[in-house]
Amino acid sequence: MELVIFTGLALVAALAAMLVIVQRHAVYSALFLIITMGALAGIYILLEAHFVWIVQVIVYAGAIMVLFLFVIMLLDIRREQDPWTPPGRGRILTALLLSVVLLVELGMAVAQRLVLPPSGAPSVAGGFGTTQTVGRLLFTDYLFPFEITSVILLVAMVGAMVLAKKRLT
Amino acid sequence: MQVPLSAYLILSAFLFIVGVVGVATRRNALIIFMCIELMLNAVNLTFLAFARFLNSMDGQIFVFFVMVVAAAEVAVGLAIIIAIYRNRETVDVAELNLLKW
Repeated sequence: MELVIFTGLALVAALAAMLVIVQRHAVYSALFLIITMGALAGIYILLEAHFVWIVQVIVYAGAIMVLFLFVIMLLDIRREQDPWTPPGRGRILTALLLSVVLLVELGMAVAQRLVLPPSGAPSVAGGFGTTQTVGRLLFTDYLFPFEITSVILLVAMVGAMVLAKKRLT
Repeated sequence: MQVPLSAYLILSAFLFIVGVVGVATRRNALIIFMCIELMLNAVNLTFLAFARFLNSMDGQIFVFFVMVVAAAEVAVGLAIIIAIYRNRETVDVAELNLLKW
């Protein structure tokens, strides 16, 4: 059952991700990215990440993507006539070279059975991934990074306001 | 039937590669930025998969910090894009070539 849910969500995430990069209008890309993030939030539930999937839906899909859509609407982006950069000769050559390297690596990994066997996940503690556990860790072991993130957010707020405000002449 | 770790890693690698292709190919600065967010999500999936399969909460804490930093980065990056649009009337990165020699 878990495999069925995972396969469905993974297909939705992969398809929506591919659709993000081929749209001519930025709004459609943003909406497909929201679908991708929603599918990923579902996969996070399968991974016992109970706090993280809620934060993903509220913060990532609910705040960051809304900010994206605000900016897309604010800038009044038109449909792109020619969205793809024309591939030069060097670019095609680099892409072919990297694809060959990747395929050789994948072949070696499969041949030497480096893909991990489906031995099933180890059982985790009762409170794994809950808000209580994350909260306790954030205020004990990871207190310093937690306080630093508040400074990061303050700096980002001030920076965004300074960058985006109109010039006062 | 349990989902193996490799399934999560393959999905994460695929999303990351789609993000890289988007960043390398598209010209609209906003879509490039969205592909960067896609890459960050792929990395979050890797962190959470390993946190689950190694029974360690460190991965989930790190995902929390990745999300905080991504939010800050999106705010500043979009402000920069707005400032560029105000000056150059375009978000096409092919036209931002003032520094090209």
